[in-house]
Amino acid sequence: MTIDRISGIVLLILAGYIAFETRVLPLGSHKVPGPGYLPLLLSAILGILGILLIVVKGRSASLRSLKWPEGFHAVAIVGCCFFATFFIETLGYRVTMIIALGFLFGVVERMKIWWALGLTFGLTFGSYWVFNNLLKVILPQGGLGI
Amino acid sequence: MAETIQNLMLGFSTAFSPGNFFYAIMGCLIGTMVGVLPGVGPLAGISLLLPSTFGLDPTAGLILLAGVFYGAMYGGSTTSILMRIPGEAASVMTCIDGYAMALKGRAGPALAIAAIGSYVAGTVSVVGLMFLAPPLARFALGFGPPEYFSLLALGLLVLGYMTGGSMIKNLAMIVLGLLFGMIGIDHMSGYFRFSYGIVALGDGIGVVPVAVGLFGIAEILATAGNPLRPDVLKPKLKDLLPSRQEFRDSVFPIGRGTILGFLIGIIPGSAHIISTFMSYAVERRLSKHPEKFGKGAIEGVAGPESANNAASCGALVPMLALGVPTGPVPAVLLAALMIHGINPGPLFIKEQPTIFWGLIASMYLGNVVLLLLNLPLVGIFINFLRIPYRILYPMILMFCVIGVYAVNTSFVDVGIMSVMGLLGYILRKFNFETAPVVLGVVLAPIIEMSLRQALAMSNGSYAIFYQRPVSAVFLVSALLMILLALKPLIRKGMDWKWREQLAKADDNQ
Repeated sequence: MTIDRISGIVLLILAGYIAFETRVLPLGSHKVPGPGYLPLLLSAILGILGILLIVVKGRSASLRSLKWPEGFHAVAIVGCCFFATFFIETLGYRVTMIIALGFLFGVVERMKIWWALGLTFGLTFGSYWVFNNLLKVILPQGGLGI
Repeated sequence: MAETIQNLMLGFSTAFSPGNFFYAIMGCLIGTMVGVLPGVGPLAGISLLLPSTFGLDPTAGLILLAGVFYGAMYGGSTTSILMRIPGEAASVMTCIDGYAMALKGRAGPALAIAAIGSYVAGTVSVVGLMFLAPPLARFALGFGPPEYFSLLALGLLVLGYMTGGSMIKNLAMIVLGLLFGMIGIDHMSGYFRFSYGIVALGDGIGVVPVAVGLFGIAEILATAGNPLRPDVLKPKLKDLLPSRQEFRDSVFPIGRGTILGFLIGIIPGSAHIISTFMSYAVERRLSKHPEKFGKGAIEGVAGPESANNAASCGALVPMLALGVPTGPVPAVLLAALMIHGINPGPLFIKEQPTIFWGLIASMYLGNVVLLLLNLPLVGIFINFLRIPYRILYPMILMFCVIGVYAVNTSFVDVGIMSVMGLLGYILRKFNFETAPVVLGVVLAPIIEMSLRQALAMSNGSYAIFYQRPVSAVFLVSALLMILLALKPLIRKGMDWKWREQLAKADDNQ
């Protein structure tokens, strides 16, 4: 199966899902289009484009030919992003960043402990000082107030 | 003419105020740094700096962010010439002949010609922007909802065609972006759409988390595990001066690159990237020695580097005159204006002359600053490349989180950035372009409002779109664009997209 065919199938499923989700929104009429009018129209166009991707014979590569050499790093980075999402307000910017950067430098990149600690604390507190104190960008302090 | 000069004087008085001048210099320096570092393009750079402009007045904020945009175009050439790594996508073509010159010991002249070409192109295209944007804005004052809808539909189709790769895939990304842009409260009826009970999604998803996710995070995900970079060549200051022959060979490529880049810049799509491919192709075709291209022809550096700077300026014309962004970077600049409470559109230049003319004047100054600072400081900028990527990418990630969180002080935005980063990474793997998604998100509210208002005006008749002359012209142009896209399928000929892909393939070998 080529990557274009798979993309087409995913787009088709997505179009069907969006069309299904618009069922709760009033469609209105041509004269007074409702909030569901354009999303439904766009889901139809997305579906057509999905079908075209499946049908049109392209030169795309097969799914098996896709290589993921950066997969380990990618999973670790995405994990850090979601960790920051869920904990930045409860733990505060500094604690969240110490954990995320410490994990990336120490565990993922396997740096020497003093290097990892130095970079983690230096970057976290340095960035906090620059953005929060110097540029007056409000960064969260978390429940502990740090 | 007298009015333009008077306005320009107002602009210079604004730009020369100590605060604005400082921010113009800072923008240029940060932009150069952003351009030098692979993985941090102008879009991510501008998005990350956006929160730090909240405390500034809108003029200073826009001057800073615009400085980052055109500063990045200058900086991108440095890594291309010295390391054969494009600092940002618009410098891909400079790699070919720039690096070949560096290997021959001519890195200095290549850097100097790139800087001079960028300066000339930047300055000339600011003149174009200055004379083109105000009349275009006056013309657009007569646009109603049907004209706006047709213009945006045309813009999105052109974007689909001009962005590299498959047009079907690009159109799918535009539609996906438009659908993302419809998340949140429908402003005409008050209904919540696709927000799944998350109150923070009521205001919709912002362009900054989408742009930082699709460009910043996705880039880190794709490159973090890559092997180490090659060594950096470091030219000395005294070696920077090009020979007389190199100057002579560069004059016309710089002129042609400037005009081509500015005109392509106005068209939606990744104009600054496309303009470099086109300029390189033009120079090779016009050259008396096309065999020199790829082996260190100075024309292959002068043309593309001038074109990408002129294109970045040209892209500001529709953004400032019509309020319609033509690429992801102008989209974020537009978002910055809106965050500062300024409504972009045809009335912008009339109602905010200080900001518009201040920006124009700051661009003149910025180009001079970049020329004067970049060459002597090239050794310092090169040192940024010595930072190992395993230290650099966690830093970029940290700045992404700060930048996105600070826009609305919302963890939901960080979540959107994370999801978009993952999506952008997968889309890259499946050969989808992500720029159309950003444009879709920005344009969705305007396009929906225009469509619904136009249909209400016409009692539900779609005929209104071709009964009004300006709208009809836009729609016919859109139809031509579709036919143009179908042409290679029918004739199996090689259009510029094929040539661009071949050039990329050659460059990768």
